[in-house]
Amino acid sequence: MNNENKAVAKKKKKLEGPNKLPIKERMKIPRQVMPAQDPNVRKKNFEEVPFGLSEEMAFIEAERCLDCPTQPCVKGCPVEVDIPGFIKLILEKDYAAAARKIKETNALPAVCGRVCPQEEQCEIVCITGKGKSGKPVAIGYLERFVADYEREHNLVQLPKNAPPTGRKVAIVGSGPAGLTVAGDLIKLGHEVTIFEALHRPGGVLVYGIPEFRLPKSIVQAECDVLADMGVQFRNSTVIGKTDTIDELFEMGYDAIFIGTGAGLPNFMGIEGENLIGIYSANEYLTRSNLMRAFDEDEYDTPIIRGKNVAVLGGGNTAMDAVRTALRLGAENAYIVYRRSEKEMPARIEEIHHAEEEGVQFHLLTTPIKFIGDEQNRVKAMECVKMELGEPDASGRRRPVPIEGSNYIMEVDLVVVAIGNSSNPLIPQTTPGLECNRWGNIVADPETMQTSRKGVYAGGDIVTGGATVILAAGAGKKAARAIHKYLMEEVKK
Amino acid sequence: MPKVVDNQQIGPLIWKMQVEVPRLVEKAKAGQFVILRVNDHGERVPMSIAGLNREKGLLTIVYQVVGKTSALMTTVEAGGEIADCVGPLGVASHVDNWGIACLIGGGIGIAPIYPIAQAYKEAGNKVITIIGARSKDILFYEEEHKAVADELYVCTDDGSYGHHGFVSDKLKELLDDGVKIGNIMAIGPVPMMKVVANLTKEYNVPTWVSLNPLMIDGTGMCGGCRVAVGGETKFACVDGPDFDGHKVDFDLLTARLGAYRDQERKAMKRFLEDPHCRLAESVRQFKYPDEVNK
Ligand SMILES: Cc1cc2nc3c(=O)[nH]c(=O)nc-3n(C[C@H](O)[C@H](O)[C@H](O)COP(=O)(O)OP(=O)(O)OC[C@H]3O[C@@H](n4cnc5c(N)ncnc54)[C@H](O)[C@@H]3O)c2cc1C
Ligand SMILES: Cc1cc2nc3c(=O)[nH]c(=O)nc-3n(C[C@H](O)[C@H](O)[C@H](O)COP(=O)(O)OP(=O)(O)OC[C@H]3O[C@@H](n4cnc5c(N)ncnc54)[C@H](O)[C@@H]3O)c2cc1C
Ligand code: FES
Repeated sequence: MNNENKAVAKKKKKLEGPNKLPIKERMKIPRQVMPAQDPNVRKKNFEEVPFGLSEEMAFIEAERCLDCPTQPCVKGCPVEVDIPGFIKLILEKDYAAAARKIKETNALPAVCGRVCPQEEQCEIVCITGKGKSGKPVAIGYLERFVADYEREHNLVQLPKNAPPTGRKVAIVGSGPAGLTVAGDLIKLGHEVTIFEALHRPGGVLVYGIPEFRLPKSIVQAECDVLADMGVQFRNSTVIGKTDTIDELFEMGYDAIFIGTGAGLPNFMGIEGENLIGIYSANEYLTRSNLMRAFDEDEYDTPIIRGKNVAVLGGGNTAMDAVRTALRLGAENAYIVYRRSEKEMPARIEEIHHAEEEGVQFHLLTTPIKFIGDEQNRVKAMECVKMELGEPDASGRRRPVPIEGSNYIMEVDLVVVAIGNSSNPLIPQTTPGLECNRWGNIVADPETMQTSRKGVYAGGDIVTGGATVILAAGAGKKAARAIHKYLMEEVKK
Repeated sequence: MPKVVDNQQIGPLIWKMQVEVPRLVEKAKAGQFVILRVNDHGERVPMSIAGLNREKGLLTIVYQVVGKTSALMTTVEAGGEIADCVGPLGVASHVDNWGIACLIGGGIGIAPIYPIAQAYKEAGNKVITIIGARSKDILFYEEEHKAVADELYVCTDDGSYGHHGFVSDKLKELLDDGVKIGNIMAIGPVPMMKVVANLTKEYNVPTWVSLNPLMIDGTGMCGGCRVAVGGETKFACVDGPDFDGHKVDFDLLTARLGAYRDQERKAMKRFLEDPHCRLAESVRQFKYPDEVNK
């Protein structure tokens, strides 16, 4: 074979067979860069920022996987997705099968491919990343690719539900935890109903995370699949108000899963916090995402569009809020965070996106007072500079104010994104349901069972604000335990 | 989607709507509220419970046209549907036997005090009800209140009907006459609740007010409904809507209600100019109070 033919053969092999390139070759392939909207364009629209990989790019990226025997990525994933397994299926070009492989342990790949902190989970331990390039396989991109491919090409196959068991399950809350439980239990032949307080299902995925990071049509598609499988959705039903947990049992539900999230916004507790123009992140994002206030010609819910917007906090929520502010026309959008960049809990990708779009970071800074005008609208905020002192209980260095460093920052909109506490509606109306001192429901870490028989809980309501994949993972465990409980202890 | 069984005009800008929401009605108690959306692009608007027909599963709400969404509500025909209606939300009104209990309803507040009056009555109170409006033509629910109250006083600001004066004037009269009122519940426009609360503070009579800040979810998730009570921040949708009137910061409430003034007016103007919506003439001619005076 001459050299030219060799090259052709090699290429052919590359396109045909599962990862047959020698390791050395694979190590040389650069990590694919996800095409994305230009920062200067995207900061003015609500369309999704990264476009996703093309089929060719996905194939090349998949070749970077060394298919190593230790599979550290699987252990890095909170729900242990068979990552090398689904990547191999990409190399076989069976994308639908790849998506199904992921779904064996993670019901929401299109969501997780977009919002999971892969850089701290599966990708950080990837062997490819330990090589010369220093860049791990883009597992998140690939996950998104196969899930999108499956959905866009109508390849989603409804799994066959097991014969009806005659057992009924109520799920409270339709965030990633609740949706995961629903998907698993309906497959096992149980009757499943989701009760959701808001008028649309999805939890934080619809009311919190913005369109430009997670299009709502994707969440809706996930819910539609569940509905097609037979899951009943009861929106606009507040458990603890419309019905209580005990009433659900009276109505004939045999087991209940509580996945109500961490939805009670914290405020700073400083002077002037009730001025007009000071929102909790939940309110700001709910107005924009769930109520779609950004589209003022079409939707009725108003939102304050600030020119100088300060977002307090350094997590994903803060990044979502500040990037929303830019898209709603802010001239200056600030992140005001009391620690340094290193301590920011937001995903690196989100911080990076925010920087690219022109967000200004005021780090080691905290507001101590809000100042209003004669109409009670916020017009400024008094800030103080901080320095990092001794590590606190969480191991992070505690910020302490620097005396005399006070200054005034002009703002006409402030979004407080300093975290959420748990909502007491259900604990208050459910006798015998044990909570810890932060108000989180106490659940067994393996079975997610609560102190009440037949009642399970998982996601943010148990852990406090965490991640989509941890909520989904808790849902998996709960579904397993609920199934066992229903089959072994509920006689029909 | 909840069915609207009835939606009729009962005053120039006041409508009464009945919605079929059996489970909500079964659970609802006086003093609670619901949040509804007319259509899928609509706002979530809170509305007090103004009547419950438990046999038929019907909820009554009484609303005043003050902006786009309330105007839009008037266009829903009997037999039609609204997008959703969630509830009952908030904490039910505190009910006890105080001997003599007084209810004060101003303007649209005349409606929600009606089920509370019924609850007070059932608890064995002698019920004194004072209702008031700017003038006779915007008064409603007089018959309903007459049927429940032991004593009913009707006031109009302009003297066109009943007592000439404010509800607070009538209340002061009763207090000065030495009527031993054990508890007061006042619902109405913020200035009215403020005047009543200031008055009863002097007489040291416990007074509840039902607060109506802007809301979204109604479950404690957004904090948009925050009010200041006794120097503490409360979420009206879950901690209220009833609060100790002597402790409420009414000025803050008034200010926060004006947060979206310009946007609301723009939306209303656009809506009223749309020739496609079928609106009652009184709604079509809608003017904001400050436009009327000009
Ligand atoms: C703005 C924002 C950005 C985020 N970004 C990321 C990210 O990039 N990556 C990531 O992994 N995580 C992110 N998170 C965290 C992640 O979204 C949550 O950890 C996850 O959604 C928790 O899921 P859950 O199922 O426990 O609850 P939730 O998603 O909070 O859903 C709970 C649902 O229960 C409903 N509910 C509450 N009370 C009741 C009741 N009494 N009756 C009926 N229904 C009720 C709520 O309305 C809600 O729909 C973000 C969070 C926020 C707020
Ligand atoms: C717990 C609660 C119970 C309520 N019960 C009733 C009721 O039984 N009947 C009724 O007619 N209204 C009630 N309201 C007020 C009602 O929700 C508003 O009038 C409605 O949202 C206005 O919407 P809009 O689009 O028509 O007007 P908008 O254009 O949004 O507002 C127009 C004007 O109305 C004022 N306004 C807006 N929202 C409120 C509000 N929440 N409270 C008072 N004024 C407001 C604005 O300040 C503005 O001046 C209640 C509010 C709450 C919070
Ligand atoms: S309305 Fe959102 S917290 Fe009260």
